[in-house]
Amino acid sequence: MMLQGITSEAFILGCSAIGAGLAMIAGIGPGIGQGHAAGQGAAAVGRQPEAQALITRTMLLGQAVAETTGIYSLVIAIILIFIRPLLTAYLNLGL
Amino acid sequence: MFEITFNLLNREIIIPNTIVNVYIVVFALLIFAMAVNRKIRKADLSKPPSGLLNVMEILVETVENLVKQTMGEKQVWFSPYIFTLMAFLLVANLSGLLGFTPPTSDYSVTLTLALVTFTLTQFFGIKNNGIGGYIKGFFQPLPFLLPLNILGELANPISLSFRLFGNILSGVIIMSLIYNALGLVAPLVTPVLHAYFDVFSGLLQTFIFAMLTMIFIGGNFDN
Repeated sequence: MMLQGITSEAFILGCSAIGAGLAMIAGIGPGIGQGHAAGQGAAAVGRQPEAQALITRTMLLGQAVAETTGIYSLVIAIILIFIRPLLTAYLNLGL
Repeated sequence: MFEITFNLLNREIIIPNTIVNVYIVVFALLIFAMAVNRKIRKADLSKPPSGLLNVMEILVETVENLVKQTMGEKQVWFSPYIFTLMAFLLVANLSGLLGFTPPTSDYSVTLTLALVTFTLTQFFGIKNNGIGGYIKGFFQPLPFLLPLNILGELANPISLSFRLFGNILSGVIIMSLIYNALGLVAPLVTPVLHAYFDVFSGLLQTFIFAMLTMIFIGGNFDN
């Protein structure tokens, strides 16, 4: 009864937006991982200040790889909002 | 900004501005390279280099040292490709500062670059280990890990291209949201965002893309 007056297209768009928001929860993981790597990097520079260039390079590379899952979720969110595959799939059903 | 539309055989073909910007970046780099080349030919070899040549020498040496450290002393011949990759990505990522849409915010561009890396990785894997050793590598360390190894190999170009694409595109989207939301007041806020998304993120992603390319390809050479 609550859905009265809402078109199916609007409902799908709203659900896509919720899905995009839920997908971005994955951003927590890379955040924790990158923070941990940065903390360890700072500790390593504290122990061996002369190796700072190498430590920074290794840390940034590790962080970039750890970021991958976050980027995947970002891409899914962008696809859900801007390309709207679910709406296209619904329209193709021709109901 | 420079979208090109034309008709070919009664069909409308749209070239998006990111692709046009790829060519702008490539031609800018080409003209720059030709200018530097002219300077090098005219340079007096008995004197130490000065000005632009000095800067170029520092850049080339830095990239060569990076390739030596990551891929091994013998693979210095790989540095021209890495230098080209870095130059293109750097100019492409920083072109957002001039008001262009960064070419790397188009997935076709980053996927192409990642596929080049992937092809080179497979090529040198076969060349250096032989076709038998290359296939045997997929059965390491245990034979039943074959599907995982193949999937792992195929995931490399996807994650490589999405990392660059996602980072640059997120910056483009966030900045266009703020430009649209704030209107005329936007220039007060956006310099900080440009500094982070274009300069910092652009430089970092350039470096990371080149580093990962070197690591993937260099993994096939035994040092």
